[in-house]
Amino acid sequence: MTIPVHDVLIVGGGGAGLRAAIAIAETSPELSVAVVSKVYPMRSHTVSAEGGSAAVIKDEDSLDHHCNDTIGGGDWLCDQDAVELFVNEAPKELTQLEHWGCPWSREPDGSVAVRPFGGMKIKRTWFAADKTGFHMLHTLFQTSLKYDPVKRYDEWFVFDLIVQDGRCQGVAAIEQKTGRLQTIAAKAVILCTGGAGRIFPFTTNAAIKNGDGMALAYRAGVPLKDMEFVQYHPTGLPGTGILITEASRGEGGILLNKHGRRYLQDHDLGTPLDVNDPNHPQLKSMELGPRDRLSQAFYHERETGNVFEDAMGTYVHLDVTHLGEKKINKKIPFVRATAKNYAGVDCVHEPIPVRPVVHYMMGGVHTDIHGATPLPGLYAAGECACVSINGANRLGSNSLTELLVFGRRAGASAAAFAKENSVDADAVESQAQARADRIKSMYAEGKEGEGAIAEIRDALVDTTEEGAGIYREQKKLDATCEVIRELKARVKDLKVTDRSKTFNTQLTSALELEFMVDTAEALAFSAAARKESRGAHQRLDHPERDDDKYMRHSMAHRKEDGDPKIDYLDVVITRWPPGDRVYGK
Amino acid sequence: MASNAATTNGSGAEKTITLEVFRYLPDEDSEPRYDTYEVPYKQEWVVLDALNWIKDNVDGSLTYRWSCRMAVCGSCGMMVNGEPELTCSSFLRDHYPNKIRVEPLSHFPVMRDLVINMDDFMHKMEDVKTWLIPKEPRNLEDGEYRQSPAELAEYKDFSMCINCMLCYSACPVYGLDSTFVGPAALALGQRYNLDSRDGAEDERADVIQSDHGVWHCTFVGACSKVCPKSVDPAGAIQMGKVKGTTDWIKSKLLPWGSK
Repeated sequence: MTIPVHDVLIVGGGGAGLRAAIAIAETSPELSVAVVSKVYPMRSHTVSAEGGSAAVIKDEDSLDHHCNDTIGGGDWLCDQDAVELFVNEAPKELTQLEHWGCPWSREPDGSVAVRPFGGMKIKRTWFAADKTGFHMLHTLFQTSLKYDPVKRYDEWFVFDLIVQDGRCQGVAAIEQKTGRLQTIAAKAVILCTGGAGRIFPFTTNAAIKNGDGMALAYRAGVPLKDMEFVQYHPTGLPGTGILITEASRGEGGILLNKHGRRYLQDHDLGTPLDVNDPNHPQLKSMELGPRDRLSQAFYHERETGNVFEDAMGTYVHLDVTHLGEKKINKKIPFVRATAKNYAGVDCVHEPIPVRPVVHYMMGGVHTDIHGATPLPGLYAAGECACVSINGANRLGSNSLTELLVFGRRAGASAAAFAKENSVDADAVESQAQARADRIKSMYAEGKEGEGAIAEIRDALVDTTEEGAGIYREQKKLDATCEVIRELKARVKDLKVTDRSKTFNTQLTSALELEFMVDTAEALAFSAAARKESRGAHQRLDHPERDDDKYMRHSMAHRKEDGDPKIDYLDVVITRWPPGDRVYGK
Repeated sequence: MASNAATTNGSGAEKTITLEVFRYLPDEDSEPRYDTYEVPYKQEWVVLDALNWIKDNVDGSLTYRWSCRMAVCGSCGMMVNGEPELTCSSFLRDHYPNKIRVEPLSHFPVMRDLVINMDDFMHKMEDVKTWLIPKEPRNLEDGEYRQSPAELAEYKDFSMCINCMLCYSACPVYGLDSTFVGPAALALGQRYNLDSRDGAEDERADVIQSDHGVWHCTFVGACSKVCPKSVDPAGAIQMGKVKGTTDWIKSKLLPWGSK
C-alpha cells in the first residue's frame, strides 16, 4: 500500500502553521508541503486574538525597549538570545503581512498605527481594529491559497507522531469526513497546534485548544518546557470566559471593585490618574500593568471580599463608559458587540463584568531558536512551542508576532532538514498500523469503555483550577497531581458509543481528552516542583523569586507508567541581568 | 469541552426548552429524522450550549461543528427555526418557551447531522483569487505600503467575512444552481479589488464578471440580511455589476482605451 509522502508536514493551520507553509513554498517551491488541520485553517484559534501584534516601527521606540519589556515582563525566564532575535525580526514579519494585504489600522498619513498595551514602555502594538488575529489569520490563509506546493488536509485529526530510526517521519491521522485512518509520511514534521486552555474551566480558548501538539511531542519523548506558567487574562467574561481584549484598557478602560475603587492602586501597580487626564492611561502602570499582576490583584480582592458575587460568579467591573460611544465604536467595536451579546450590557452606558480567565500557555514543546525539538525531524512553533521568548509571563501582543517569526523560522529549518534526509514510507506505514488498531478498538469493534468523556473532562478542569490556578501551594498541587494520576489511568478506557466512521466527534473528543490529561500532567508536576514565585507561577508557600535555584527552565519528561521526570535547563542571559519588576513608578 | 456552561451555571435547571434536531447519516439512514430533546433552559444559553448539553448528557453521537463560541471562527452556522444563524450567538431566550428546530445549513450536502460539506466554497475562493496581487511590488526594506484611513475604509467591511456560509444558505440563486460563485467569495474578490495596494481587478474579472459571477445574482439581498458581520455581500455584488457595466460601455465607446 502506498501512503502519501511529503517533504514537510505541518500539523495545525493557524497563524504559525500557515506562516511556516508559506515560508517553505516561497523559498523552496520544489518541496511538497502538507498542512494537516483538524479544522478548516480559518477556524483556527488565531482567529480569536483581538488586541494586536508587537513590533518596533516608530522612531521613538527601539529594539532594546521591546527586549526590556519582554524580558522584564517574563520575570527573567526568557532566553535573551531568542528574545533579541524575535524583536529584530518582528518588524519585517509584520511588514510582510502588510504586503500580503493585512488591513492594519492606519495613521492619517497612511503609515501603520500602533496602540499601547499592558507592560509596555512605549506603544508598539500593530492592530486591525480589535480583530487583529482574525485579519492576520485570514490574510495568511488567503495568501496560502496561491501556492500550489501547499497541499491541505482539512479536517484531518492527527493522533500520533511516527518516530522511525530515531527521527520523526510522519503522522497517523483520521480523515474526519470518512473516518479513514491514514498514515502520512514526511521527512520533517512541524507542530503548530496552539495552546491548551481547555484543561481549565474558565478560558478564553476555543473548544479545539486541547494541547494536541504538546501531548504528541511529550509522548514521543520530547520534553515540555515551563509548563507551569499559565497566563490568566485579567478580563474575561464570567461564566463563558469569553475574552474582552486588553485594547479596552489600552484605550483607557479602568478596573473597579464592588466599592467603585480602582483597586489596582492597592496592589503596587501605581497611582491612578483621572480618566480625563490627558496622560491617562499611563504605560506600565495601573490598568496597563502586566497580565499576571492584574490577575493576582483580582485574587487578593476576592480574598478580602471586595469583588461582586452573584449567579455569574465572582467578578469586578471594566468600565469604558467615559470613552464615549464614538470612540468605542471606532476602536473597540467588537468589545461592545461581545459584551452586549454575552453579558447583556452595553458598555457605552454600563461597566462590563470581568474576571481573570486562562488565556495562554507560556510553556510548550521544547525548541531551540530554529524551532527544532530534540527529536530530529520534529519542529514546533507558536503557542504549542516554548522557545522561550515568553518566560514566566508573556507580554501582551507578543504572541501573534511570535507565530510569524517562529513559524517562518521553523518552516525554513524543516525545509533544510527535509532536503538532507529521506523517508522510509514502508517502515512508517507498518509502524502506524499498530496505532491505527488502537483507534479502531476504541469504537469499531464492539468494545465500549468505562470512562464517560464529559465526566472525566469535568474532573480534570476542576482539579487544574483547584491546584494550579492563579495561586498555588504544595498541598493542593500534590492533590491535583494525585487526581491526574487517576485520570491518566481512566482515559485509557474511554466510553465511545458512537460507532460511525463519518465525522465521529465523540471519538475525536476522546482523543482530545487524552491529550488534555497528558498536558495537564506536565503542568501540574512542573508546578509542584518549582518552589518559588515567578511571573504567572505564584506560590503562597514560596512567595519569593529564587534566582539561585530556579532561574532555569522546567523540563517535563513523560513516562508511560509513573510520574513525569522534571529536570532543569539554564536560562540564556545575555545583556539583561535579572532585576525587579517595577510597574507604576 | 462542551461542559463549561452546563457545569458552571447550576441555578434554574427546572425550566426546559424543546429542541428538534435534524439527524442524518447518509451512509446508513435512508432519510433524515428529527430527534427531540428536553434541554435545561437558561437565560444566558445559546443554541450551541443546548447542543453541547445534549452531546454530553443525552446522545454522544450528535454531530456538529463549533470552536470559538464568540462568533468569529465561523464554524457553527446552522438553520435555527429556518433561519441561517451562528448557533453560538443565537439565544434560547429569543425562542422560549417555543421549541427550536435545528437543521444543517440549507443548500449544502450534509455530511452528517448538522455538519455540511463546504469544499465547494473553498475552491471558489481560489477561483476568485482572494489574495493580494500587488499593483506595484514592494521590497520589505521599503516598509509598508501607505494606505490612508479612507482607502482602508473602501474595502474594510468586505474584509470582515468569517466564511460562515450563512449567506450561501440564504441565497436563492445558489440554492438552485451551485455553480454561482456566491455572496462570500464575490465579496472577498471585491475586498481585494477595492484595496489600494491591489492591481488585479481585471484578472479577477474572468470569474467575477462571468456568467457564474455577479451577473447570476438576482439581487434578492438575503445574503446581506443574514450576514453576522455586516459584510453586505449584496452591496459588493452590486458594485461588481456597476464596474462590469462601466467597463463594457468604455469598451464600446473607447475601444482603444478600455482599461
